[in-house]
Order: sequence, then C-alpha cells, then structure tokens
Amino acid sequence: MSNSLNFLAVVSIGYIALLFFVAFMAERAALSGHARWLRSPLVYTLSLSVYCTAWTFYGAVGFAARSGLEYLTIYIGPTLIMVGWWWALRRMVRVARSQRITSVADLISSRFGKSNTLAVMITLMAVAGTTPYIALQLQSVTLSFGAFANADPSATPSELGDNNATAFWVAMALALFTVLFGTRNLDANERHHGVVMAIALEAVVKLFALLSVGIFVVWGLAGGVGEMVTRIEASEISTWQVVPSRWIGLIFLSAAAFLTLPRMFQVLVVEIEDERYLRFASWAFPLYLLLMSLFVVPIAVIGLERLPAGTNPDLFVLSLPLMNGQPSLAILSFLGGFSSATSMVIVASIALSTMVSNHIVMPIWLRLTGTGANVSGDVRHVVLLSRRFSILGVLLLGYVYYRISGGGAALAAIGLVSFAGVAQFLPALLGGLFWRGATRSGAIAGLSVGFIIWLWCLFLPSFGPDEVISTQVLANGPWGISLLRPQALFGIDGLDPVVHAVFWSIGLNTLAFIVTSLFSFPSPLERLQGAQIVDVFDHTSSGQRWRGGVAQSEDLMIMAQRILGANEAQGLFQRAAEAQGIEGFLPEPTPDFLNQLERELSGSVGAATAHAMVGQIVGGAAVSVDDLIAVADEAAQIMEYSSQLEAKSEELARTARKLSEVNEKLTQLSVQKDAFLSQISHELRTPMTSIRAFSEILRDEGGISGEEQSKMSAIIHSESVRLTRLLDDLLDLSVLENGQVNMNIETGSLVAVLDHAIAAAGRPEKLRILRKRERENIPLKTDLDRLSQVFINLIANAQKYCDAEVPELRIDVSKSRSNLQIDFVDNGKGIPRAAQALVFEKFSRLEGQKESGAGLGLAICREVIGRIGGTISYVPGQGGAAFRVTLPIALTRV
Amino acid sequence: MSKLAGKTVLIIEDEPNIIEAISFILSRDGSTVHTHSNGQTAIEAVAERAPDLIVLDVMLPGRSGYDILKDLRNAEATAQTPVLMLTARGQMKDREMALEYGANKFMTKPFSNADVLEAVRELATS
Repeated sequence: MSNSLNFLAVVSIGYIALLFFVAFMAERAALSGHARWLRSPLVYTLSLSVYCTAWTFYGAVGFAARSGLEYLTIYIGPTLIMVGWWWALRRMVRVARSQRITSVADLISSRFGKSNTLAVMITLMAVAGTTPYIALQLQSVTLSFGAFANADPSATPSELGDNNATAFWVAMALALFTVLFGTRNLDANERHHGVVMAIALEAVVKLFALLSVGIFVVWGLAGGVGEMVTRIEASEISTWQVVPSRWIGLIFLSAAAFLTLPRMFQVLVVEIEDERYLRFASWAFPLYLLLMSLFVVPIAVIGLERLPAGTNPDLFVLSLPLMNGQPSLAILSFLGGFSSATSMVIVASIALSTMVSNHIVMPIWLRLTGTGANVSGDVRHVVLLSRRFSILGVLLLGYVYYRISGGGAALAAIGLVSFAGVAQFLPALLGGLFWRGATRSGAIAGLSVGFIIWLWCLFLPSFGPDEVISTQVLANGPWGISLLRPQALFGIDGLDPVVHAVFWSIGLNTLAFIVTSLFSFPSPLERLQGAQIVDVFDHTSSGQRWRGGVAQSEDLMIMAQRILGANEAQGLFQRAAEAQGIEGFLPEPTPDFLNQLERELSGSVGAATAHAMVGQIVGGAAVSVDDLIAVADEAAQIMEYSSQLEAKSEELARTARKLSEVNEKLTQLSVQKDAFLSQISHELRTPMTSIRAFSEILRDEGGISGEEQSKMSAIIHSESVRLTRLLDDLLDLSVLENGQVNMNIETGSLVAVLDHAIAAAGRPEKLRILRKRERENIPLKTDLDRLSQVFINLIANAQKYCDAEVPELRIDVSKSRSNLQIDFVDNGKGIPRAAQALVFEKFSRLEGQKESGAGLGLAICREVIGRIGGTISYVPGQGGAAFRVTLPIALTRV
Repeated sequence: MSKLAGKTVLIIEDEPNIIEAISFILSRDGSTVHTHSNGQTAIEAVAERAPDLIVLDVMLPGRSGYDILKDLRNAEATAQTPVLMLTARGQMKDREMALEYGANKFMTKPFSNADVLEAVRELATS
C-alpha cells in the first residue's frame, strides 16, 4: 500500500483513538462530579454542529459548484429557527424534560396518548430516512480516501477498488465507539457526556479545517480578497439564477429537518442540560454556520477554475490542497471531513438505536417474555443489549445501503432526500406542541400520507432511473396513470423534483393531519397529554393567551373526567352543551354551567375543593391544569381510601355495638342468674328455717303442751308442703323454659277444661265464680292438661289475693276471627300499675300480701301458654285483677 | 337459766312461722319479745318499744333490713343497740354488707335454735 494511504489510515485511527480518549475523560470527569466545564452553552452549541455532516463539509462546495448560492439555503433554515424561533425549541425542551422524552418518536407518541403505533411508524420512517444519510457519511470517507489515492501516483488500482473495506472498517470503528460511549449506562435523561464532548471536539476540528482550507484558497491560491471577488464575479457561479421556488422549498426543508432529524433532536433536546443554553446557542450556532459557509463559494470557484474538468466538486476541499502541494492541509481537511462524518454517524446511531430499542425491540421482548412493564435489574441489561445491537444494526444497515446504492448519486441529493423524509414529522410535531385539537388519528393519517408520497416521489426515484422505478413509470406514471407520475404528481409539471416532492408530501401530510384531527375525537389520555404538552408554559406569564371559552371548557372537562370518571363527565358536558344548543361535548362555561359542574364535583371532592378547582380554571389563576389534575388525582385516591376507611370504621362500630349488646345481655343474664339463685335460696331457706326451728323445739324443749305440739307439727307439715310445691314449680318452669316439655295434644272443649280447673283449684270457699257456660262450649285441640294448669293457677291467685269483701271471679269467653279470649277478672283492688309489667316474671310478688307464694305461678303460666301458641297478659282498668288468655283460633278447629 | 330475764327483744321479720319460732325460744329464756313485720314502719316500732336487742331480717316487705340498720345506727338512741341480723340469702357479700352497716351478729337461715339463743344472750348481756 502506498505511503500516503498508510499515513492516512494511521491518522484516521489516531484520530478515532483521540475521540475515545476525550470521551473517556469526559465520562470520568462527569462521574467524579468535576463536570461543570463539560456542560456549558459553548459545548452545547458546538454539539449542535452534528447538523454539519460530511455533506455540508464536502457537499456544500459541490452544491455551490453545481447550483451557485443555493447551498446557503441549507444554512439559512436552521439559522431562522435558532434566531427567530428559539422559544419554540424551548417549548420542545420543556416538554421533553417534563415528559422524560428520549427521542422524536417518543415525543410525538407521548403527545398522542402514548401511542406505540405512532412510535413504531416514526421509528421506521426515521430509520428509512437516516440510513441513506449514514451511507452518505461512509461514502464520503471512502471518497476522501479515494481522493488521496487519485492524487498519489503510487496507488494501485486494486487499492482504489478497496473502498468497500474502508467503509466497512469505518462503520465498525464507529459502532464500537457508539456502543462504548452511547450505551455506558441507562441514564434516565439519556445524556451522554463523553459523546457530546467528542462531538464538540469534532465541531472545532471541522470548522478549523474548513477555515484553513478557505484561507489557503483565498490568500494562497487566489491572492487576496479583492482578487477573489473578481474571480467569483467572473465564474459561472455568479451567473446562476436564483429560483425562488427552490430557495423557499429548500429553506423550509432545512428548517424542518433541523427540528425533526433524529440526531438533531438528540443534541438539541435530549442532551441539553439547561434550557437557558438555548439563548446562547440562538446566536452562537448561526455564527458557527456562517463561518462554515464563509469559504464555500471561494473554494468552489477556485476548484472549478484550477482543477481538471471532471474532478468531483464534492471533493474540492480535499483536492485543492492535494493538487497544490499542501499534504498537511489536505490531511487536516481530511480530518475535518472525517469529523463531520463520524459525529453525524455516532449521534444518529444513538438516536436511532434509542428509538428502535424503546419502541420496537423492547415492546416485542416484553410481549414475548411476558415480563410486563416492571423495570428490574434484568430488564436494564436487556435494554442495554438491545441498544447495542440496535446501534450495530443501524450502522450495518447504512453500510448495506452504501454497498447497494453503489455510491453513485451526488451527496447533496441524498442529503435532501433524507431531509424530506424526516420533515414528514413536522406537522405532527408542531401540531402536537401547539394545537390541542390534534389527535392520534390525525398524526397517523398525516404521517402515512406524507411518507408514502415521499417514498414515491423522492426516495425511490433517488436510486436513479431504472434502479427501482423504471424510466417508463417516471415518464408516464404507474399503469399509465399520468396523474401519479412520481415527479409530476397530479399533473403539476416542471417543478424541481425535490421541491415537488416536499410540496406534495408536506402539503398533503398537513392536510390529512388537520382534517383527520378535526373529524376524530381524542381519547382521554390523548386529551390529558395534549393539555399537559400544549400548556407546558401555562404557569408562566403566557398562561392566559390561549384560554378562550372552548379551551377553558376543555380544561374543565379534563378535570371533571379525572374526578367523575370519563363517561359521567362526558355525559354531563354533553347534556350541558345540548341545553345550550351547542353541538359536541364542550358547552360554553356559563355561570349556570359552572355552578352545575361545581355541584357535581362537590359530590366527590367536597364543596370547597370543587369551588377552588373550578375557580382556578375559570379565573385563570396561577395554577396549571397539570397541578389541578394532580390535586384531583390525589383527591380521588384519598376519597377512595377514606371511603374504605369509613366502611371499615362503620364495620368496626357495628361489631363494637354487637359486642356491647352481647356483653350487656351476658351481664344481664349474669345478674338475672345471681338474682335467681338468691331468690331460690331465699325461697328454700325460709320454709326450712321454720321446719328446723320447730323440729328442734319439739326435740329439745320439754314441757310443751300437746296443743302446742300439734300446732308446731302442723307448721312443720305445711312448710314441708310449701317446699315441695316450690321444688315442683321450679322443675316445671325449668322444663318449660328449656323447651324439653312434651305436649300432649288432646281434643276436648273449653267448658270441660274450665270445669276441671275450678274443681282442681279446691272448693271455692268464699270466692264466687261467674261463668256463662253457654259461651264456653267451644271445642279445643291442644294440651288440655297444661291449659287446665294455667286456669287453676289463675283461679288460685284470685282465691289467694282477691281482697274484696265478697270476692268474685268472672270468667268471660269471647271469640274473634283469629282468636279465642278467656278473661279472668276478679273484683279486688287489682295489681298496682308499677307491678303490672313484672307480674309474669319469676319470683315477682306483690307486697303486703297475706298469702305468699314463691312467685312462680304466673311465670309458669306464661311459659305454658307460649308453648300452646297463645299469649297471656294482664288487662288493666277492669276494676280488679284481670288476666287474659288468648289462644289462636286454629286450636278451636277440631 | 333465764339469762335474758328483764331484757326486751324486738323481732323484725315478715315470715309468721319464723317469728313464732324465735319468739318461742327467746321468751322461754325470760325475755320480753315484741314483733314487727313491716319494714317501712320498723323504725317507729323500735322507737316505741326501745328494745335491748333487735333481731332483724334482711328481706322485709317495704324496706330492706340494711336500710333499717343504717337508720338505727345513725340515730343516737339506737346507735349502740345490739342487732342480730338474719337472712335467707347466705352469700358472702350479704355477711359483709351486714357487718359494714353495723350489725353485731349475722346468721343465715336456717339456723339452729341454740346458736340464735347463744348469740342473743351474748349481745344482750355484753
């Protein structure tokens, strides 16, 4: 191999090694925290120079040689953006920050409801648009090698033909660099200190190289500025006519590409440390571009003048020093071109690999493995791996494209094709940033239309006639449809192919985007994202500007959806709009509507909060929609939580209530049990006391008269009977209360039962019993013995307790449709009101009675009647004591 | 053996047979026995009879024996009068309450006649 080519290879390798070193040092400095000097407006501005690729470095001169001053359009577009529109850039930066945006695909898909479809579309389009551009950089490196070879008489033809190998190894070295410094870690901000520093260095190198060549040309070859000017005027470049349509088209195209190129988005938006850098860059970057373009025309003029006809004008920058015995300058120039190429390839492959990895590889991987969206340590490894393979893939794709295209087309042409491709993102990007009404469907429609037109009118024909699209189709359209001719769409003929393609693709793209957006309704997530992105500066001074009535209603709607749920909120707004006679979902924010909305909201978040929220939106107070939504979110969560708590505490209260009820019951039962035992003790001990006392007297004392003895014996006897009766009653009651009683159902008649009871109660000595026997002739089917027991008890009570002079007991029988009633009414004083409620309780006895029972009789009666299916009650106000036994009429159906 | 000779005893009790039994025992020992069976008028009965000793039942119609005892202890004339309490409720807390209210002796029914006699003798002569 020739010496000069060997030397060139060594220089290239050395230069790449320098880049590695700079990047490595920068990363290390960043890690150790001494990175303040790394990040400055200057470094940021220099990193923007990835805009100036090999196409700009070499191609601008070629452009000028072919088309005169037109090359300036490529610089004017970005300059206009930086000078006149840097606040729009700031908006992009702000949005990217707040939404953690990593690429242009990410930004657009986020804006339109995080649509992965859109992200994939944009990624594929970006790859399609950038691949030729990467191929172009590889080609420029091999061409520059070739220029050295041509100028070197010792070079052999085989070495000239070895361009492919050069391109391949350059691609691999760049892949290695990018993998090393582009995917060192997964920074949430996607910032790459080492890469940015290396790019900044390359920016300096390429500017220095171009200026050096320019100075050599003007002062070394032309002989000064004055001489240079006359030569320019004499050259054919000065005769080139300015074609306004082409100028406007190209300025627009370069401005659009400046915003939408993946690599520009990477350095402009993703890598920026502080949005204040934009202010510096807004004048410094145009200055850089000015310096880069300063010597383009002189180099082109002298190149055309001095170099043999047929020399590739794209390589004048290199050929002029070479042919004029300036090998060192030529090497410098080569390094400038090499810098331009490598910086573009590195940043573009980082940007593309982020998109490919995030929007294509990872979703597929996650779906295949079913890991879901959890970012664990393992997934980080997968992400890094997929980034690295994506970088390799992107560069290989560029290399393959380079091989296939054969490096034939002019550099400038590929550059413009690429620009036009990525410019298709512009309507969706700007629409998304500034227009609330833009929808996902609109973005998809616009991008599809634009991309297809770009493919048909520019990309496919760019391979040259008969490569992909035949001359036949170019001339007459596909299937002879002349309206679809790639370079004369819809019969518009005579335009420059690039301007023609840009006009139609961007025009129809924008039209499809707007029209589809107008006719589609965004999903809630889209609306939310739209509100957040379009209103990213809302809490700054510009807040009120776009708050017309409808925008306000939209804000209210978004907030209401958050609180009430999408369906309810939409329903509410639609009804209100209908009531106002407006079509659609957004009513005018009239006071009535606001009051209604406030009422609805206050049902969910409380009146004060609802008032504050509505007030803040309507009043345009210094709180952003974002903040309000956050508040609403929180409130909804808190409400859910508190309603859960409320339910829980209600449940607890219920349980506590139950527990205390049970406890009270237990306490009552315990008290009742104590009282019962105490009562039984008393009732048993009292007769036993008499029995014991008199039996001891009879046993121990002498001299007791026979009369006294028999009296004492009688007491002992009667007290024994009393004891026995008490025990019987207790046992009876216990059996009845425990439900262990067996009913002995018999058939008989009421009159017979009463006859039996009166007889069993003992001869009614003083008590007169008044009956109407004819009314008692009622058949009965029940436990007649038990019923009789109740009657005996009631009659015996009357015998014992009726205190009238002439005691009487009246037994009344009456029948209704549902009941049979038997009343026992005596003519005594009756039971005092206070005691009536207790009369059926165990051991309840009236005070001051001559005769005292144990107080169990009526308790037993109540139990027995309950068993039979009836009730027994005390009837007040009947003159004397009045008890009513009520039996269900069913018992009388025999 | 008439140790209670000259002593006046008031029995406040509602069960006629028990009154008769205690009266029999105490009068045989020489005491003069008065009886009263209503709780509400017990204090008047005590004032009227000015007994040397009182036999007091707990469960009386109209008023509990404890309340009567409290009143007796609060009145100057009867603050020192010995009281033997009888009850058919033989629980521990009944005994405690009786002693707390100032009963001198406490006995549970049924009792042995000898015990009652001995207790009354002891209280009446101390």
